[in-house]
Amino acid sequence: MGEENKSSSIRPDLDAYAAYLKSESCRPVVEQGREYGEGPLLRIKLVDTIMKLCQANSLWPMTFGIACCAIEMMGTGMARFDISRYGSEVFRPSPRQSDLMIVAGTVNKKLAPVLLTLYEQMPSPKWVIALGNCAISGGPFKVKENYNIIEGADKLIPVDVYVPGCPPRPEGLIEGILKVQEKITGIRHPIPQNRHPKSPLKKIKGLRVK
Amino acid sequence: METISILPPELIRMVIAVIIIISFLFLNAIMMGYAERKIAGHVQRRPGPMEVGSHGILQMIVDGVKLVGKELLIPFNVDRTLFRVAPLLSFTPVILPLLVIPFSEKLQARDLNLGLIFIVTMGSVNVMALLVGGWGSNNKYSMFGAMRAVAQSIAYEIPILLSLLAVVLMCNTFSLKEIVAAQQNIWFVFLQPVAFLIYVVAGLAETNRNPFDLPEAESELTAGFHTEYSGMGFSLFFIGEYTNMFIVASVATVLFLGGWHGPHLPYGEYLGVVWFFLKVYLLLFLMIMVRWTYPRVRFDQLLNFAWKYLVPFSLVNLLITAVLVKL
Repeated sequence: MGEENKSSSIRPDLDAYAAYLKSESCRPVVEQGREYGEGPLLRIKLVDTIMKLCQANSLWPMTFGIACCAIEMMGTGMARFDISRYGSEVFRPSPRQSDLMIVAGTVNKKLAPVLLTLYEQMPSPKWVIALGNCAISGGPFKVKENYNIIEGADKLIPVDVYVPGCPPRPEGLIEGILKVQEKITGIRHPIPQNRHPKSPLKKIKGLRVK
Repeated sequence: METISILPPELIRMVIAVIIIISFLFLNAIMMGYAERKIAGHVQRRPGPMEVGSHGILQMIVDGVKLVGKELLIPFNVDRTLFRVAPLLSFTPVILPLLVIPFSEKLQARDLNLGLIFIVTMGSVNVMALLVGGWGSNNKYSMFGAMRAVAQSIAYEIPILLSLLAVVLMCNTFSLKEIVAAQQNIWFVFLQPVAFLIYVVAGLAETNRNPFDLPEAESELTAGFHTEYSGMGFSLFFIGEYTNMFIVASVATVLFLGGWHGPHLPYGEYLGVVWFFLKVYLLLFLMIMVRWTYPRVRFDQLLNFAWKYLVPFSLVNLLITAVLVKL
């Protein structure tokens, strides 16, 4: 994030709450090896690894389209792009059953309490992708005259991966999901991926294709 | 060996059967979940799960492990007892009908002489689970979902019973084994095509599948009766739903499609299970295809369809069957 805009308070009643959510104690997974809450009683490394592999490969997003980026999110689920190859096509309508919140669009002050409630309702472990410029920093709506935009979803909730673009291409969202997988497990492709089919142009002799 | 001889052999047999059936339930849920996602993908011209295992074959196992690892949330104002009991109530009674289903001539845990009535009774308990879950969640969406589930189930139980009764009139028994044995020469689907159609349609509604999935209608009711359930609670509802589908399909196989009958196999009294499962999974494939092809009906259309068409048709069918059997 760029410079902090001091003048824009989110909403008086929500400020303290958002500050609490952004604080260290509420982060789902902290990089220094500290875990959310008290952590498990017994820690076995192998179990941890397997659990993280499984969490990374079944990120169920929430059906939560706010603005035009949601159209790209739907496109990602359909043919040609197909998010389901990575096991995350199960768009759960209820936050109780989802692992990944894709903030797909502009967050304004009226939506802020809804966003917070939905984030709170998701059971941990949970991750957030900010999709598009509006969810990252307010995007094209970040002008002096605008009174109702929250400049970035990360002023309200902890965001794991930012996908820039206005709106981003579906490939961008897929890359974002791969980044979340990388963040969970520490490896780029947690489970060895299929080899992509070679370009048919490669079969022609004498033609050099990278 | 003395300890074993003390135990009655029937008890040992039942324990083994229950263990096999419970492990089969989970296997069935995994296979059906994978098939559902893969078929959904191919219906929409996309590959479906691809990256976890070869062609995504481990996807459902990964999902299951993840669901076990999710936080079990009990929301603030819920009825804690009912909220915890509901998933178990949805998952447990579905084991019992599988005990009386004849998978092949000798693979049957218990041949009750009232087997069919037992299955129908146990099938109704599932609705109780949905009602308890929806009521206990203290959520308006859950409540609406549960109410719809009850109304739908009451409406569709009647055509199911009437269409099954037509078959019972023909072979004069409630025992599933004898019903299958009576289809040695001709399957009842050829003698009772109307009853079969009514049973399949009403069975779709009974298991809350699309186009009759109003209790969990996504676009209206968030997730219906399991809106508030996370992790394993949701997973148990999900396993219960798939097992109910399996039971509906196997009852259709037993009563209409000739159960274990098929071309001759060696050890036919055991290997008849191959034909049985083939027929059951063909029916389940049909149910999945229907789900991904047709839109959802409105609630008034749903109830009108049950009371105005299915019930009268099954009554007339039953009357004609009774007259013909008497002749």
